[in-house]
Amino acid sequence: MSAREVVVPAESDGTMEDVESFRLRARSWLADAMPLLPEGMNNHQLSRQDEMGERARYLQRILSGGGFAGLCFPREYGGQGLSRAHQRAFNQESLPYQMPTLFNVPTFSILAATLIEFGTEEQKHRHLPAILRGDELWVQFLSEPSGGSDLAGLVTRATRDGDTFVINGSKIWSSGAFRSDYAMCLARTNSQVPKHRGLTMFIMKIHQPGVEVRQIAMVNGTAEFCQEFFDDVIVPDGDVVGEVDDGWTVASRLLFHERDAVGGGSPYISGVAVAGSGGGAQRSDLVNLAARMGKLGDVRVRQLLAEDRINSRVQNQLVRRISAGIRAGALPPPAGALPRLFAATSTERHLDIALDVAGGSMAVWMDEDSEDANWGEAFLNRQGGSLGGGSSEMARNIISERVLGMPREPAADRDIPFDQVRHN
Amino acid sequence: MEFELTEDQALLRETTLKFLESTCPITTVRELADNEPRGFDPAWWKQAAELGWTSMLVTEDDGGGSVSGHGLVDLALVAEERGRLVAPGPFAPVNVVAEALSRRGTTGQRRRWLPGLLNGETVAAWCLGAPAAGLDHPGTPVVARRSEGNGLVLDGASQPVEAAAQSELLLVTALGSEGGLVQALVPSDTPGVRLHPARCLDLVRRFAQVTFEGVAVDPEWILDGPGTVASGVEQQLQTTVVLECAELAGALDRVLEMTVAYAFDRYSFGRPLASYQALKHRFADMKMWVEACHATASAAAHAVDADAADAAELTSVAKAYIGERGPVIVQDCVQLHGGIGVTWDHDIHLYLRRVVVNRTQHGTPSDHRERVFRAMDAEVSP
Ligand SMILES: Cc1cc2nc3c(=O)[nH]c(=O)nc-3n(C[C@H](O)[C@H](O)[C@H](O)COP(=O)(O)OP(=O)(O)OC[C@H]3O[C@@H](n4cnc5c(N)ncnc54)[C@H](O)[C@@H]3O)c2cc1C
Repeated sequence: MSAREVVVPAESDGTMEDVESFRLRARSWLADAMPLLPEGMNNHQLSRQDEMGERARYLQRILSGGGFAGLCFPREYGGQGLSRAHQRAFNQESLPYQMPTLFNVPTFSILAATLIEFGTEEQKHRHLPAILRGDELWVQFLSEPSGGSDLAGLVTRATRDGDTFVINGSKIWSSGAFRSDYAMCLARTNSQVPKHRGLTMFIMKIHQPGVEVRQIAMVNGTAEFCQEFFDDVIVPDGDVVGEVDDGWTVASRLLFHERDAVGGGSPYISGVAVAGSGGGAQRSDLVNLAARMGKLGDVRVRQLLAEDRINSRVQNQLVRRISAGIRAGALPPPAGALPRLFAATSTERHLDIALDVAGGSMAVWMDEDSEDANWGEAFLNRQGGSLGGGSSEMARNIISERVLGMPREPAADRDIPFDQVRHN
Repeated sequence: MEFELTEDQALLRETTLKFLESTCPITTVRELADNEPRGFDPAWWKQAAELGWTSMLVTEDDGGGSVSGHGLVDLALVAEERGRLVAPGPFAPVNVVAEALSRRGTTGQRRRWLPGLLNGETVAAWCLGAPAAGLDHPGTPVVARRSEGNGLVLDGASQPVEAAAQSELLLVTALGSEGGLVQALVPSDTPGVRLHPARCLDLVRRFAQVTFEGVAVDPEWILDGPGTVASGVEQQLQTTVVLECAELAGALDRVLEMTVAYAFDRYSFGRPLASYQALKHRFADMKMWVEACHATASAAAHAVDADAADAAELTSVAKAYIGERGPVIVQDCVQLHGGIGVTWDHDIHLYLRRVVVNRTQHGTPSDHRERVFRAMDAEVSP
């Protein structure tokens, strides 16, 4: 399927506006058009207050009106057709401003990226410009109560009925489905063949008869996670992405984009959720924490803060190296699991360092110190980043098997028709 | 290895690799360790110099030059290949001194010393006898008093310096008696200079402590080119660290490669080690770390080559990261080899030695983390 692969150029290629003049244009436009971040707040915190995504949609509409939406998306679908270097420059310039970062993952970087590669022209024209205008938020309906790592073992069924499909089953852990408009939903269209060969990817409108969305309370007090129940949901033929029964090809590519997105390598991510390390002259959230605690003179704390900074610098450097390696064909695409694993482990370390720097006030605090409590809650959700987007263990399987070429794990379901396989 | 090389750079890498494989395979490294007090063969060093190993950081006007015009990036490619074969030779010291001469030396100084360094006849050592920015060197520093006639008189002792006893020339950094740093070009046979050989974990690298007792330096051999001496020393430190990191990345790459191959060959309970998930996951982590080491080593080389504003920070990011990870990776690879991994006959200890020495020289990971902290703090509170 690599024929469909869309490659975003790393640098300006001559047909594009020069990066530095683009930067200046973006700088002055941003100053005129975008609202500043409130003092002491980052876009991540802001989007947590934007439960229904209304602010994000509003901000995305402004970007779209100014010609700064979808910098690395093709022009024919409402993007700007620019390079990664333009996107990086824009990210740096946008640091002080409110940005619709809610759209970044999964809408832009995973689902739109997959739709560009596998969608029909009709599907692309129907959805991509709407996404870039801020009209559509998307989510992924992949994981099921029966399992997430073994994605191809899913049990939600899609049964053909004339020129439609009828979908029954349930999806889970879909982040933000309640506020979103569309999903890419992977379902089983054939149970009599081995698991990878009987799947199909669909575009599914979320708010429609037969789809029930329930929010699930999470450990950090939010209710981002959702479970959906499908009861005879009708999906037209025209909403099949890729080929019927070849949904695994689409899903594999989707998972590539997902690793790229959570590993920090996606060119479609615009704006920075948490400014800090590597982002430019803005203090990282951990340095702020240490400063509030009066610990910037503590040698041990300085070591920890530097370690955190080093991890995020190296993460960016690794992302660039691996993207270059994949582009040059020196590494296979599954090498995208390397930065993904790096991001997961350095996030774990980031939160461990916070725990150390904040000390007691991360766990026991007075109302006026509630900023420190955010760290405590973030820590409770520490493993989220090592599960969402495929777990770290799965990343390690991918790296050892598909980058280093080591033998695959034995699988009891290999080459066996799905209806004869034992599953949850 | 870098993924985006120009054709010329790819050729340079290939030539370097072939040269090393044919003239200095690991068996030769072992022979040098046993039989060669200098740690390297001077005739071989001249051959290496002919391939450009000593001229890439020197301007073309001075007889240097490099294939891509980015001397340090090119030289880092050579360093990486050297790391893959734990090659001998006074590589970093000679290059750092040659670069310092080319950037900061007078015409007379360059004429006197550069040709020999470039053709491999002369070896030089970089003698950091006084604290560099943010790197605290314990022990007595070398102190420089002004003498009559505006020369210097050096007294004190340096930490063990690489290749000092093999060098004709020492680039000495000293603490000026009026404060601030001074640098001087001191032939190692100058009266009052004494060399005390040190022992080193690395089997083919030689270090010596250098002591100075009333060593007189003529004004013409004071190195005081453009910019402050401190900025010159900082630049020399960055070059050294970049070369050290590139060599580390190459060594780690080779160790992992060797160990992965072993995991395919070695059977236990009827199947290869490479088929056990518990081990596969460790290999996956190591692969990630080694790629990260390459990424950060190369980012540092590019930053220093371009004199980028964040060059100091990025060299310290690289040294702290690789220095910290390097020994962990090699020791884990030793573990995965089983008993043979801790024997003299297995090559892995040659790499472990190189990696540990590079980790500890020119700033430990903690020293470099402190430098990173200062850089990020300065960013917001100038
Ligand atoms: C923050 C977050 C956001 C998410 N967003 C979405 C979303 O939008 N849409 C969506 O569809 N899903 C989403 N997920 C679900 C996520 O993809 C799954 O949680 C993940 O794939 C793991 O699946 P599981 O939870 O069923 O755990 P399981 O698959 O049951 O795994 C349990 C544990 O066993 C390990 N394990 C499983 N198989 C193996 C193996 N072969 N080798 C070694 N270890 C193994 C796993 O790594 C894990 O530690 C999200 C999850 C999180 C945490």
